[in-house]
Amino acid sequence: MSAFWGGVRASLPVVLGYLGIGLAAGVVERAAGLSYAEILLLSTVLYAGSAQFVLTSLLALGAPASAIVPTVFLVNLRHLLLSAALAPALRGVPAWKNALLGVQLTDETFVVASAHKTLRPAWMAGLNLSAWTAWAAANVSGAALSGLGGDTRVLGFALPAMFAALLVLQLRTHRRVRTALAVAAVSAAAGVGAQLALAGPWAVVAATVLGASLGLLLQACTSGPNS
Amino acid sequence: MHVRPEFLALVLACALVTALPRVLQLVVLSRFALPQRLLDWLSYVPIAVLAALTAIEVLVPGGQALLLRDNAAIPAVAAAFAVASATRSLLLAVVCGVGAFWLLS
Repeated sequence: MSAFWGGVRASLPVVLGYLGIGLAAGVVERAAGLSYAEILLLSTVLYAGSAQFVLTSLLALGAPASAIVPTVFLVNLRHLLLSAALAPALRGVPAWKNALLGVQLTDETFVVASAHKTLRPAWMAGLNLSAWTAWAAANVSGAALSGLGGDTRVLGFALPAMFAALLVLQLRTHRRVRTALAVAAVSAAAGVGAQLALAGPWAVVAATVLGASLGLLLQACTSGPNS
Repeated sequence: MHVRPEFLALVLACALVTALPRVLQLVVLSRFALPQRLLDWLSYVPIAVLAALTAIEVLVPGGQALLLRDNAAIPAVAAAFAVASATRSLLLAVVCGVGAFWLLS
C-alpha cells in the first residue's frame, strides 16, 4: 500500500468526526444566511471548524470584517503550537512541501499525525486531503439538511455546544489545568462584561488578551525560579 | 449559488491569518525556536477565546442583554460540558447539548 493511501486510512476516525461536526457547521452556516457556494468556499478555503463557527457567530451578530479577522486569527493561533510540535517529524522535507502540508493542519489531523516519529509527505497528504474532502462534503450536506425545515434555532445551539466541548478538551490537555481553569473563568466573565459594556465585536478579543495574559502572570507567580 | 464579494474577501483574509500560524513553524521556525513566554501565552489563547465565546453565546443571546432566568441554554451547555468531560467526544457533546436544548426550550 502506498504511503498516500496509508494516510487516507489513518484519517478514518477524523473523517467520521468531521462528518458529524461538519453537518452541524453546515446547518448553522445556512441558518446564518450563507449560500451553498459560500459554505463550500468557507469550508474548503478557511477549513477550520472552530474558526468557521466563530465567523458564523460574529456575522450573525453583525460584526464587521475588521473585528472578525483578528478574532479568527486569535482562535487559530493555537496552530502555531501544533505545527511547532510536528516540525521535527518533517525535518528534511522541502519547505514548499511543508507549507502545503501545513496549510491543511487541524487539531484532529495533528492528533493522528503526532503519533508518528517521522512523517512522509505523501502519507500526510493522504491524511489531509481525505479529512479536507470529508469536511467540505459534510458542510454542504448540513446546509442541505437545514433547508429541509426544522427548528434552526435549536440546531444553532450546536455552536455554543461545540465551543463548550472544545473548551473542555483544551482544558484537559493543558499542562497547568488549574491555571487554565482560572483563565477560562476570567475570560468568560470578561467576555460577558465586555459584550454588555461595548456591545461590540471586540469583546472576545479583549477578553482573550486579558485572560491569556493573566494565565502567564499566574504561571509566573505559582512556579518557582527553578521550574 | 452566488458568493458576495465582501464575503469572499472576508474568507480570504481569514484563510490568510489561519494559514500563517499553521505554516510558519514548519517552514521557517524548524531552525529557530519561539520564546518560551510566547509559547506559554499562546497555550492559554484557545482556552480564553472559547470560554469568552461560550459565555457570550449562552448568557448574552443576541449580543445585547444578559439573560439569566428561563434560559434553556444554561442547563444545555452544562450538559455539553459534562458529556465532553466524560467522553472526550466532540460529536457526542454537540449532539447531547443540542438535544438538551431542544428538550428544555
